[in-house]
Amino acid sequence: MSRKPYIRTLSSTSWWLAQPRYIRYMAREVSCVLIGAYTGVIVVGLLRLSEGANAWAGFVAAMQTPASVVFHLLALAFALYHTTTWFNVTPKAMPLQFGDTQVPGSIIIGAHYAGWIVISAALLLLAGV
Amino acid sequence: MEMTTTDIVIVGAGGAGLRAAIAIAESNPDLKIALLSKVYPMRSHTVAAEGGAAGVAKDEDSLDNHFNDTVSGGDWLCDQDAVDLFVEQAPKELTQMEHWGCPWSRTSDGKVAVRPFGGMKIERTWYAADKTGFHMLHTLFQTSMQYPSIERYDEYYTTDLLMVDGACRGVAAIEMRTGQMRLFRAKAVIICTGGAGRVFPFTTNGAIKTGDGMAMAYRAGVALKDMEFVQYHPTGLPGTGILITEGSRGEGGILVNNDGYRYLQDYNLGPPDPWPRKKAMELGPRDRLSQAFWHEQKKGRTISTPHGDVVHLDLRHLGEKKINERLPMVRDLAISYVGVDPVKEPIPVRPVVHYTMGGIDTDIDAKTAVPGLFAAGECACVSINGANRLGSNSLTELLVFGSRAGRGAAEVAMAESTHVDESAIEKAAEEARAKVTGLFQNVGGGETISGLRKDMNSTMEEGAGIYRTEESLKDTCVTMKEIHARFANIDLEDKSNVYNTDLLQALELGAMIDVARAMAVSALNRQESRGSHQRLDFVERDDEKFLRHSLASYAGADDPGVDYRDVVITRSQPAERVYGGDQK
Amino acid sequence: MSLRTFELEIMRYDPDKDSEPRFETFSVPCEEDWVVLDAVNYVKDNLDRTLSYRWSCHMAVCGSCGMMINGEPSLSCKTFMRHMPDKIRIEPLANFPIERDLVVVMDDFMDKLASVKPYLVAKEKKAVEDGSYLQSPAQLKKFKQYTLCINCTLCYSACPQYALGEGFVGPAALALAHRYNLDSRDVGRSARADVVASNEGIWECSFVGACSEVCPEHVDPAGAIQQTKIASTLDYFKDLITPGRDK
Ligand SMILES: Cc1cc2nc3c(=O)[nH]c(=O)nc-3n(C[C@H](O)[C@H](O)[C@H](O)COP(=O)(O)OP(=O)(O)OC[C@H]3O[C@@H](n4cnc5c(N)ncnc54)[C@H](O)[C@@H]3O)c2cc1C
Ligand code: SF4
Repeated sequence: MSRKPYIRTLSSTSWWLAQPRYIRYMAREVSCVLIGAYTGVIVVGLLRLSEGANAWAGFVAAMQTPASVVFHLLALAFALYHTTTWFNVTPKAMPLQFGDTQVPGSIIIGAHYAGWIVISAALLLLAGV
Repeated sequence: MEMTTTDIVIVGAGGAGLRAAIAIAESNPDLKIALLSKVYPMRSHTVAAEGGAAGVAKDEDSLDNHFNDTVSGGDWLCDQDAVDLFVEQAPKELTQMEHWGCPWSRTSDGKVAVRPFGGMKIERTWYAADKTGFHMLHTLFQTSMQYPSIERYDEYYTTDLLMVDGACRGVAAIEMRTGQMRLFRAKAVIICTGGAGRVFPFTTNGAIKTGDGMAMAYRAGVALKDMEFVQYHPTGLPGTGILITEGSRGEGGILVNNDGYRYLQDYNLGPPDPWPRKKAMELGPRDRLSQAFWHEQKKGRTISTPHGDVVHLDLRHLGEKKINERLPMVRDLAISYVGVDPVKEPIPVRPVVHYTMGGIDTDIDAKTAVPGLFAAGECACVSINGANRLGSNSLTELLVFGSRAGRGAAEVAMAESTHVDESAIEKAAEEARAKVTGLFQNVGGGETISGLRKDMNSTMEEGAGIYRTEESLKDTCVTMKEIHARFANIDLEDKSNVYNTDLLQALELGAMIDVARAMAVSALNRQESRGSHQRLDFVERDDEKFLRHSLASYAGADDPGVDYRDVVITRSQPAERVYGGDQK
Repeated sequence: MSLRTFELEIMRYDPDKDSEPRFETFSVPCEEDWVVLDAVNYVKDNLDRTLSYRWSCHMAVCGSCGMMINGEPSLSCKTFMRHMPDKIRIEPLANFPIERDLVVVMDDFMDKLASVKPYLVAKEKKAVEDGSYLQSPAQLKKFKQYTLCINCTLCYSACPQYALGEGFVGPAALALAHRYNLDSRDVGRSARADVVASNEGIWECSFVGACSEVCPEHVDPAGAIQQTKIASTLDYFKDLITPGRDK
């Protein structure tokens, strides 16, 4: 008898359940859906604003419903997850080397967090909070 | 039988085989090359070499120095014309590797860095951290991919050289994934199958180092030269035999016994200071260091562990930064396999079988006595290593003699206008196939591969280890003869074709038995002590009788016959080997 | 030395007899300091001669002995029994066809490795007599990590993109291309780009990152691929701005 290589197949719909690390990856990818949805909300808000005070007030009221609060909390959680997972891989994608020494990953990651805080603070300041 | 016709067959895709293939492809792109290997090229054991490759690099060094270190390191059993050629070609070949991208470690001004090695007077060992063989093998393999004339046959186990009218005209090989025997017809054949450390139980050699090519050439009528010289490396990890490179002593590591005492000073290798000194103490040659361990053990000054006695290799004073930069693999291996972090604790080590100085008898052009047949690398004996190889000469030897074999075979192939007759070579191949089918037909003999292997390993260690006597060697020769006879009674449990490793292990065992017998009988006949061959009953070197190469010829079931040939001496007369403070 | 007995559940597949793989269980008394490969060798030498698998160096550098050990792609010579539960499941590396038992078919990987032109392309051929190129330790350090790949293919076994997508060049091969691209002596980047920057190359990678997690040599192929994506994007824009620029 001769060769008969056996090919194992992977389900194209449920492969990501096979390993915890695939699930984590999916969570990172899926988290962008909520971020996308939130962007949609902001766009709607801008539209309302352009339509006048009444429209804007209606939008603000809608934002205050319990469902909307829950949505915001969820979106925040996913945005944080999305951001931190990407920050944590930046040293891989953008390694820095000065002369002979490799910049430690923690510094590159730290710089991203620092940048995040500075920009957030600047925005808040601009918004007059 | 399916036949492939090519110009040159190379058996073995380790450092030597790949270098030979590239040399042929560069010298004539029209020559077709079949490169056969029983493992994928990057699995070849060259991958395990750690320390480095020797070649004169510094202004204050000279070819003469490298020559003298090599010849005295080999206890004057080296052929001096070959050594001259070797040291002269060495820097060129290593530079060629650099041009092919080998990531040699560098000095701050961007030049290739060199480190001290045992028995070498001046730093001349080129290194790529402590993964030199790995980087060389992968560089060669990757470089070889750009030559379309190199056709690879990965996982083809070669069983026999095919002889027609006294010349080697091809090989028979088993395609492992189908189990089919294939015939390769060629104008020249190069054997590059590596060493045979697996003949012994405790070795740095990987599972594939079973002396296949040595046995093939031997059975085809080429003598095995200087087989009694087997190198013990002084620093292997207990249990696994994993190597801790000599480079760790080159970087400043020291060896101490159970009292924390640098015992090498008691064996004509001292004084211990000032440190580091080349060719002294821990940077003495391997044979001397392994022998010193044996004496310490006899004196009860070693440390006992469940895996045998050890001494300590202390690297702590080098500091974490240097260890990480120069010896990262050593650190990783020690932590993983013996649970010792060399930054914090000394590493337990003991001598371990490492290298076969002997091998297929070739001349300075890597040619054997059989027309059309070449050999290079650890399987060959040119001989530049004599009675004791200096660390880091072997990786360079692969390059120098690998490319020489390649060019030589190319010339032969270009001179031969036609291939040999199909029917003649098919007949030879059928005989090879019959041997393999014969193995399948054995039933009820009751011998097992693992059982025979164990018996071979233990008799070789007992009788032909670091120190040998007439009695121990005679016992081993008799036992090995019995093992050879018992081999006819092994039963293959696996009768299938696809990737039958039971069959391959049986073939490998057959090769090892023949090689082991050549080692034991050659050792019995050499009634002197020289380099790695130490006899308790003949403790002196005897130039009168034995400044000669031994040549073992295959005699089937009988013990091999052993002849001798004078060593080629051109400009260095045999003298005492002096290391440590007594050096001039 | 103390012995502990493990149950090894090994996937078997004999193309002559089996229509699909099955599991077979072996009881193996193991010494404290054994690795999984030692236990598998014990099975071959003492319990079943027909078991097929690859191994050679037993020091984590030849790259032969990769297996799925309890679902994780691992080098069996570097996976210690002392860290293992009493029951161990051993399978051939995932995402490759099974030739027999623990032996997988490597052809696709070998082809992909060759496809990225993994060799130094020099600006002009230099004679050996002219000596070595200069390369500073800093220049060496830039690519050194990516030279450390032992071709064990664990990363291919971990990569869902390789498993699903047709033809993904894959982590190790792309990391090797990156190694040469970063080498100060090399000018072959644009020649490699055909394969590397194609749809089957870096753009097939969705940065799951599993390859880097399982890599025994810390090569970080995922990092190499992301860096190549950035470099290749920059190339694209540079080409837009200055068409026909010298690469
Ligand atoms: C742990 C270790 C560390 C070392 N360190 C150093 C060092 O620092 N410096 C130094 O100079 N030397 C060192 N050496 C020695 C040196 O590495 C070897 O001598 C050298 O690599 C051998 O290379 P080779 O090409 O002859 O054989 P290998 O690399 O062993 O290749 C043999 C080839 O032959 C093939 N083959 C064998 N049998 C068959 C068959 N029947 N059919 C088909 N193919 C077959 C194999 O598949 C393989 O491709 C070291 C050795 C070891 C074991
Ligand atoms: S990148 Fe790592 S996991 Fe992938 S083949 Fe290379 S060494 Fe193995």
